[in-house]
Parts: sequence; C-alpha cells; structure tokens
Amino acid sequence: MLEKTNVKVLDKVVVRFSGDSGDGMQLAGNIFTNVSAGVGNQVSTFPDYPAEIRAPQGSLGGVSGFQVSVGHDVHTPGDSCDVLLAMNAAALKQNHKFLKEGGVIIVDIDSFRESDLKKAKYTTDRPFEELGIKAQVVEVPVTTMTKAALADSGLDAKSVLKCRNIFALGLVCWLFDRPVDAALHHLKKKFGKKPAVYEANAKVLQAGYDYGHNIHASVSTYRIETEDPRPGVYTDINGNTATAWGLIMASEKCGRPLFLGSYPITPATDILHELAKRKDLGVKACQMEDEIAGVCSAIGASFAGNLAVTSTSGPGLALKSEAIGLAVMAELPLVVIDVQRGGPSTGLPTKTEQTDLMQALYGRNGESPVAVVAPASPTDCFTMAFEACRIAVEHMTPVILLSDAFIGNGSSAWRIPDADEYPAIKTPDVPADLLASGSWKPYMRRENLGRYWPVAGTEGAQHRLGGLEKDAVAGSISNDPANHEKMVNIRREKIARIADDIPSLKIQGDADADTLLIGWGGTYGHLLTAVESLNASGKPVAMAHFRYINPLPANADEIIARYPRVIVAELNTGMFADYLQCRFPGKNIRRINKIQGQPFSAGEVAEKVAKIMEEN
Amino acid sequence: MEEPLFKAADYKSDQAVRWCPGCGDHAILNTLHKAMAELAVPPHKTAVISGIGCSSRLPYYMNTYGFHTIHGRAAAVATGFKVANPEMTVWQVSGDGDGLAIGGNHFIHAIRRNVDINILLFNNKIYGLTKGQYSPTSDRGFVSKSSPYGTTEDPFIPAELVFGARGNFFARSIDVELDTSRQVMVAAARHRGTAVVEILQNCVIFNNGIHNDITAREIRADHTILLRHGEKMIFGADGNHGLVRDGFLLKAVEIGKDGYTMDDVLVHDAHTTSNFLHQQLAMMDGHSLPIALGVIRDVESPCYDQAVSDQVQEVKARKGFNTLRDMILAGETWEVR
Repeated sequence: MLEKTNVKVLDKVVVRFSGDSGDGMQLAGNIFTNVSAGVGNQVSTFPDYPAEIRAPQGSLGGVSGFQVSVGHDVHTPGDSCDVLLAMNAAALKQNHKFLKEGGVIIVDIDSFRESDLKKAKYTTDRPFEELGIKAQVVEVPVTTMTKAALADSGLDAKSVLKCRNIFALGLVCWLFDRPVDAALHHLKKKFGKKPAVYEANAKVLQAGYDYGHNIHASVSTYRIETEDPRPGVYTDINGNTATAWGLIMASEKCGRPLFLGSYPITPATDILHELAKRKDLGVKACQMEDEIAGVCSAIGASFAGNLAVTSTSGPGLALKSEAIGLAVMAELPLVVIDVQRGGPSTGLPTKTEQTDLMQALYGRNGESPVAVVAPASPTDCFTMAFEACRIAVEHMTPVILLSDAFIGNGSSAWRIPDADEYPAIKTPDVPADLLASGSWKPYMRRENLGRYWPVAGTEGAQHRLGGLEKDAVAGSISNDPANHEKMVNIRREKIARIADDIPSLKIQGDADADTLLIGWGGTYGHLLTAVESLNASGKPVAMAHFRYINPLPANADEIIARYPRVIVAELNTGMFADYLQCRFPGKNIRRINKIQGQPFSAGEVAEKVAKIMEEN
Repeated sequence: MEEPLFKAADYKSDQAVRWCPGCGDHAILNTLHKAMAELAVPPHKTAVISGIGCSSRLPYYMNTYGFHTIHGRAAAVATGFKVANPEMTVWQVSGDGDGLAIGGNHFIHAIRRNVDINILLFNNKIYGLTKGQYSPTSDRGFVSKSSPYGTTEDPFIPAELVFGARGNFFARSIDVELDTSRQVMVAAARHRGTAVVEILQNCVIFNNGIHNDITAREIRADHTILLRHGEKMIFGADGNHGLVRDGFLLKAVEIGKDGYTMDDVLVHDAHTTSNFLHQQLAMMDGHSLPIALGVIRDVESPCYDQAVSDQVQEVKARKGFNTLRDMILAGETWEVR
C-alpha cells in the first residue's frame, strides 16, 4: 500500500463504466457526465449497449458500457480509458482491453465469485492473471457496502442491489473530485417521484464517496484541468436530441409547423421520442404503421404546407426509397434522417458505421438526385438538422441527413444558441401577383431552380402533383421525350446549385502540409485528434472534413487538387473515397477504412496516416 | 330557389380524361364532381389523393389540390396531409389492387386511427393498368393473365376488412347507380373519421361484366337492396321483399308470404355502435341475399387528426413555452460567464 496520495493532473481523462445491462451503467455514466459538464469540463460520451434487451445476467453478451471523456480539448470519448469500472467479471473480461497503460481498474469484488467467473467463461479462479492484467486493480466490495449502507432502509433486497451503480458513482466522484451535491441534484431529478428510492441512492452515493476518501492512500486521484469556454448557457445534449431540436429551430425560422412521420428503429428512435414530447412546441409527431407510411405521411404533410421530416436508420431508408423518389419528382421539401448503423440487412443495430452513403446518394430508381448532408458531432446534429431543413425548403428538394449511432447516442456540452443566431428560412411562397393574375404555374422556377411552395388551402393555388413526369412549366403530365431530358437536367442542376448556398470547405491542421486527411460526418472528433497528434509529433498533416456531401462545397475540388497526398478515412470500405475518386480520375486517393461497428480510435488513424506518409 | 355556391364544373380541371371509353370511372368522376358541389366545400379547401392504377388518375381531373402518389401509399400520404392541415377536406381514391394489395397495411391502419378522410375504393376485381391480372378481390378460380388455370386463393371482401380494422363508416354503390353514388359520397364526406365507400366498378376492357350477376339492369332490383337509415329493409322489383331476422342470421322474405308481414321487416340503423348487424348486411353477396348498397354503417367516434391537434393545444397551454429556447432553458442548464 502506498503511503502518500498520488494526484495526477491531466487535461482530460476517460472513464469507462461497465457492468451488466441491468446494472445501471448508463445512468451512472450520464450523471458523471452531467456533473463534469456542470463544473466546466468539455464532455464527450459513447454509450456502448448490447443489442439484446436483457441477455442473461452476468453473461458476456449482457455487458453494457458507457465511456466518457471529460476535460479540455475533448473531441472524442477517447480511444482508451484512464479508469475502468467493472461491476462484474463479465464486464472486466469484455472491457479490460480499453484500459490505457498506467490506468486503474475498479472492480466490485463481490461479483467475482465462482459462479460469476463461470458465467463469464473464465477457465481459472484467478481472473486478473487469466486476463493478463498488469494495471492497478482496486478491489471494492461494492455489493457488501451497498447492502450495509441500506441495512435500515426498509427496501427489499432487489431494490437495494439496484443501488450498486450509485455506490460506484460516488466512488468515481471522489476519485475525480466531483461535487456530491451536483450528483445528488441529478439523482433527485431521476428519482424525485419515488422518495424512498431517492433517499436510498443519496445515502449510497455518499457512502461510495466516503469509501473512496477512506481508502485514498491506495489509489491515484485526478485533477482535471478546466478551460474557459465561450460564455453562455449550456446544456448536455446527445446527437439525436440535437437533431430533433435543430428541426424545431428550423420550423420556428421558417414559420411552418413541424411534422414528423416515423417508425421506431434503433438507433434513430430517440428522435421520434423527443419530437413526440415536443407537442408542447406544436410539433406533430406521428408514429406510423411502417417506414413507408412514415415517409409518405411526411410527403403528404409537405404537400399540405408543413415542414416535414421522417427519421430512420439504414434498413428504413431502403424501405423509403420509392417515396423519396416521389418527393424528387414532386419537388417537395422533405428531410430524411438516417442514423446509420452496421449493415447490411439487420446487421449491427446498436453499432456505428458510415455505410449508407451510397444508398443516400444513389439508392433510388431513375435519375433521382437529392441533397445529402452529414453532421460531424453530437452538437453539430443541431446545426446540420437545421441546414437540412433550410436546404429542403429554399431549394424544394428532399435532403438526407446522414447521422450515425456514434454521434446520435454520444453527448457533449452544448451552448444554447441565442434567438437570432440562426437565419430566417425563406419559404418560397407563391408571389401574390402571380396568384392574383392566375399566371402561376406549379413548375415555374426561381433563380435557384426551386419551385414555389403554396400551402394547401390557398385560394387560386390548387394544383396537381404526382410521380409521373411533368411538363417543365405547367406541371401537367408529359410524355414528351425532350421534356423528360430537360426535366432530368433541371432536377440535377437544381441540386448542383445548392453549392452556391452552403459554407465553403475549411482546412484544419497544417494547411501547408503535403498530406490532406479527408473525413465526413461523425468521424470528425477522432480525425481531428489524430491530426493534432500527428502535427504535434512533427508529421505535418492538413485536414478537410465534409458535412455537405451532395453537392460538395464549391471549393472542394480546388482544395483536393492542391494536395499531392490525399487520404480518405471512413467507417466503410471506401464509399466517399470512390465518390471523390471519380471527380479526380488521375489522383491516387488513399484510404483508411474500418468496418467493425466501432468508431475510429484517434491512435489507429494517426498510425495509419503516418504509415502512408512513410511509404511515399 | 337559392343559387348554389358551387357547380359541378367548378371541381373539374382542364385536363382531358384518359380512361377507356365505357369505363365505369367516367361515371364515378362525374358523380364526385356533383357530390362536391352539393357539399359546397370550396375547391381550394379540397384535396384528392390517390395511389397508382387506372382509378388513381382521378386527381388530374379535379380542380382541387391533388396528388397522384405511389402504388399503395395514398392512405399514408392522405393521413400526413390531413394531420398537417386539418381544415382541408381530404378524399382518397384507390382501386382494389392499390388499396387492398400493396396498400393493405395503410388501408387498415388509416381506418384503425380513424383519420378524417373519405376513401373511394373502386372495386373492379382486376388489375387494369397492367393489363389484366387477378386482384385481391378476384373470386377463387378466377382466370386472368396471371392465373391462366384459375386463382388458388380466396379474395378479400372489402367490407369485412373495414370492420376488422374497426371502421365506423362503410357504404357501397355501383358505378352506374349515379344517385346512390352521389348520396353515399356526400354522407362519407359529412362523416367525421375514415369513411370507406366501395364502388363496384366495371372494367370494360379486362373484366367486362364482372358485376353483371348483381348489376345487370333486368336483375338489379332483385339482387340489391338500398339501405337508408331509419327505413325498412325492402327490395325487389315490386318492392315486396324484405330482410328479417332468422336466429342470429338474416333472411330475405316475400312480404305477405309464409306469414311474414311488413312488421317483421327490419329497420336499418346505421348509427348503432354495435357492428354486428352492419357486418351481416355488408357481407350479403347478391346471391342468396341481396347485396347492400347505401350507407351501411355511420357511427361517430374520435378522429385521429382532431385528437392530435387537440393534444397539441392542450400540452402547449399547459407547458406555456413560446419557443424552443424557452423549453431548453426550463431544463437542466448551467451558465458560463
């Protein structure tokens, strides 16, 4: 046992909570995150759930994890953790590989009995040796201590055991010097309606904290540096909630009510949940009978004059394809949110991937171009959901927003925007003079080639839309060959002109480097961290991250042409690389790909970039 | 007499009607124009939404808001449209293939939710636009291009599907019965909730005469019964047949024969909550019992679009947020100065 307290000062730390899926690891992790954000840390989280709702207790398949990075310059939830909390033997087995060198493991030693080891398929009775763990392991009798703390509580045994996670949380709060009061506040929010449960958890939280204090001589504690973020009011937000809120902001900014037609699907369902709650802001969120009805009801709402959205994940996007084609033909605004997960087919429903890019770009019959955008982080989901709506409405087109499980479920601290921070969205209302003179035609176009968008019920604006090819002006059915080609070209050009209406691509990292690392969507944090570490170690790398996929920002070609060595890193077999390659046939675009249902680690990206740089 | 607000012509578009000469759709379209004029909902407050098929071309011939969508999905599009813009009167036009095969799921769920839309289901028991395949309402053994040896499956009976989905309005007409068609369309539009009107329609090219055993002029009076709420269930060329109870079933009798008098003949109650008798009436097939025309069931029940709007108003008033920012600031936040 060490005699003196060892305090480590770090700019950021990563904590991984792991346990059985019934152990409440997501709750403990979330409270720790919120408390940390409240003291001024940046936070980034990664909930890692099993696909099964309730796998057998104590089994390897039932392990649930929650990783959070807190501190300064936090772009990702971290590749590996400084502190691993393992509530049972199975959790340790599944998660010890995520521990950094020099990190600390805290285990509930009461959950390492012979039967626990057997359930987790250990072959010896020495679990730490068997796993080859060299790190410091702090063995805490979490279960025993929790039971002791609640001996007089009057709660039944099962309810007592449910408080184990909060004992562990108390211990972790002590370890990182987090204020207990703040954690109590979050417990109150969670359990306020059940006073007995709240009292028990509050008691156990304090017991965990005190336990840490009493053993402090034997374990390192951490002090995390904070930075001064931009002044303002902050909240903790995950990507799916941010997406929902971005849509509401867009609805406020365009003055059209928000309609969501959706069908539950992992990992997108939280968008439906959040918008269903937001009836308090006038949102109409309809859970339809299937994915197709989700998108079709949204198309109906769009024709009626609402800002219309459907939310889904990859398999659902496949089902919606035909209807998205209808919105292309009818030239109606429609936002389609795809929170990507591992595929094909049912694939890996709870895991992240970027494998729907080609489906979003091309997965429809006929020449059927749509705009595609992709948020870079949980908080960027707000901005890009807003952008998707703005582009859809002002350009009269379907827009696909490619989020993913990693940013959808991950959370960060987010500064609440001021009321005037986002621009007004200009709805293309039919000009009154055209209506009055009766000269308006449904397929008349504005300068950006978008149609006008009358609200159904407007007198004089009755018109008929449909999936059959339309006359280029009158909008009546046309089988004329030349008209069809003209319309195909107009629909294509309409999407291309969006490039004039989106921000230009920015270069980060060392702009003068020979190497350009390209990414898109939810990998931003990991790629940025990799680029920062490469530049810090004397390997100059520039970075360009795409949030606008179709069309690309107007300066994208010029930037890509400028760099002799271009590398695209993405969580698929090279879809964005292929997309860029056909614009630069002569360029040898290199690729870094990962298709494991997991995000990149910054370390592996930096290593692979360095290797490509060494090769030539 | 007062000048009517709208004429049938006000609901007609300038597009040339492209159905085959002799198609039953022409009569239904003209009847719909007349029904709309009678309802006097202005054309700009009316929307007609269809799927794919011959009948689904109908919106192009209307001077209303119109949407010719994709195969089978009209009910879903109409649901979103009505929820988003409840002030509109919404009609859906589908055929038996569009509504009951590819669109069967949306059909039953629209009825279950009781969205306030009027579904005109044109039933000609054939796929016409694809040139003659059997449909989900074709009888077992029906010979078509895709069933050259006869089908080996049973059909849906649309009314049975409507009742299975807990429908609260069901009416039936025949394309050539112009008055009945107009009356049931008007009743459907006045009903709040999903109203299904099945129209037995003749495809003159691919299934000519499919309803002849019921609709042929010389036998129609004996094979059909027009139901009117509050009136006796009388039918027959001479008006001397009626429907009576026979245990739990219905029986057609000749009044004055076998001891049956007018007092034994049932009175139609379209508004009774129980659908037990409505189902029996709707399932009569024109053979042992006459096929029922007119409004068979018309029962008020909460409708979805109205309930959604009401809930939005109630929750908004209770929470009192004006903007997204208000709502977020009322939650868990912290300030950095």
